Amino acid sequence: MMKSVANTEFNNLRINAESFDVKSIRQDFPILKTKVYGKPLVYFDNAATSQKPKAVIDRIVRFYETENANIHRGIYHLSELASDAYEGARDIVQKSINAAKREEIIFVRGATEGINLVASSWGRANLKAGDEVLISQMEHHANIVPWQLICEEKGAVLKTIPVDDSGELILEEYHKLLTQKTKIVSIVFVSNSIGTINPVKSIIGSAHKLHIPVLVDACQAAPHLSLDVQDLDCDFLVFSGHKVFAPTGIGVLYGKEKFLDAMPPYQSGGDMINTVTFQKTTFKEPPYKFEAGTPNMSGAIGLGAAIEYVHHIGRQNIHQYEQTLLKHATEKIGAIEGLKIIGTAKNRIPVIAFTVEGAHPLDIGTMLDFEGIAIRTGNHCTQPLLARFGVSATCRASLAFYNTVDEIDFFVEALAKVIKKLKD
Amino acid sequence: MAASKTIPEIEEEIVEEFEMLGEWPEKYEYLMNIGKHLPRLPETAYNEDNKVRGCQSNVWMITKFEGGKIIFEGDSDALLVKGLAALLIRVFSGHSPDEILAANLDFLERIGLQEHLSATRGNGLLAMVKQIKFYALAYKAKMTA
Repeated sequence: MMKSVANTEFNNLRINAESFDVKSIRQDFPILKTKVYGKPLVYFDNAATSQKPKAVIDRIVRFYETENANIHRGIYHLSELASDAYEGARDIVQKSINAAKREEIIFVRGATEGINLVASSWGRANLKAGDEVLISQMEHHANIVPWQLICEEKGAVLKTIPVDDSGELILEEYHKLLTQKTKIVSIVFVSNSIGTINPVKSIIGSAHKLHIPVLVDACQAAPHLSLDVQDLDCDFLVFSGHKVFAPTGIGVLYGKEKFLDAMPPYQSGGDMINTVTFQKTTFKEPPYKFEAGTPNMSGAIGLGAAIEYVHHIGRQNIHQYEQTLLKHATEKIGAIEGLKIIGTAKNRIPVIAFTVEGAHPLDIGTMLDFEGIAIRTGNHCTQPLLARFGVSATCRASLAFYNTVDEIDFFVEALAKVIKKLKD
Repeated sequence: MAASKTIPEIEEEIVEEFEMLGEWPEKYEYLMNIGKHLPRLPETAYNEDNKVRGCQSNVWMITKFEGGKIIFEGDSDALLVKGLAALLIRVFSGHSPDEILAANLDFLERIGLQEHLSATRGNGLLAMVKQIKFYALAYKAKMTA
């Protein structure tokens, strides 16, 4: 039974959980003070990666300054501290997504590794020729390619749920695609390219009627929405730490106990074994069965601190604030002449993807950079989705709870100037 | 039509011109302006075969071989990439395969573009250079065949 370790970095936070004071919140993020070409940074690329609060940075520093040792191995005090901190982070993750057991939380490098783990370990043991794997047209490449590879290996078939012009899944088609041949559904909760929030709970419900398990890619959901794996009843869920204000190189794969127990190991080596002889090696139970080698200890601990930071601000507060940002941004950006917003689903996170007639995203992004504005341009690792909308590249502004209405206004003004210059 | 200057001479000219420019924003403006003057290719040239891969935008490149010299023409739907294409065409077009293959690319670093134009920026600079060298190799092989 692991002790839970207090993250004392929150004692000095200036935020008030009852109200949303974005000015105070911004003080918590050191990088937001950076200047770019002498201008204040306007960071609108949160879907790519998030910025980190001082509380997370300090927690990692504290780990390295006072607790660092290899976990699970030593009998000495420092190793115990490190193990408690690492396992304490697992408990924090479990609570934050309402998983029934801590054994259902596996630390991985990121969502990409999580999906690869399931496709490889679950896929190899469960897929055979003629079986179908169902994903959607709006998936990130990380939720396409691992399935393509395992389907090729096993002779299984990859099917895709189509997306309509507003960027929503066509659910009638989904129901047609769910058949006795479907062995797993792997679906994104929130699109990184166009911000659509999918009705994953009912998608899971429909799949479960046919006893089909579902993996949810929650990478873009985790920073913006509450996750409750028992309420969703998903069978697997992945998200990456670096998108939720935590370090890079850490992520979570949640899997229901019955699945993880039955799955063979993914990577092997130290720490995931019980006994090793040259005749036979036996493996540990989950989660350790899937955590070979020395893990990203500071990453996991940083993730725990980030989850607690967000919890401190309040999920509801964040959601309400972000929806006002989304509304303001959509109105202002949408009003620019010649600009088309790609992805106008009814339920969205604050991600706005757009194209402009006669101006290439690469040029727009480059010129906005000169004003200190960071947006993303390109295909956002969703080439099939962009092809569906008939474009090869878009501009994407993706906001977080430390962005402001003033930043949006500044962005819109700069964008209008840039477009005018490019069209001249 | 043969160029009268050598590749190294043209590269020196460009380095001098860029010395008068300031930071990356000014250099980008310069590239944008030369890009605006890049003539459009014949309509039939805008096909998959002529595309240069490795860029966020669409880039097309065609060549002619006249009097032992390769003439390069290019276009893109992004202004920055048009500017880069114009720069490369200025350096490499109208020269023999051997001259092109022997040319080094230090000048890109000396004009301060290297750091801004890495493969990750997706603006196709490296891809276009590779394509130019590849054409030179192909024409040289044809010549000696």
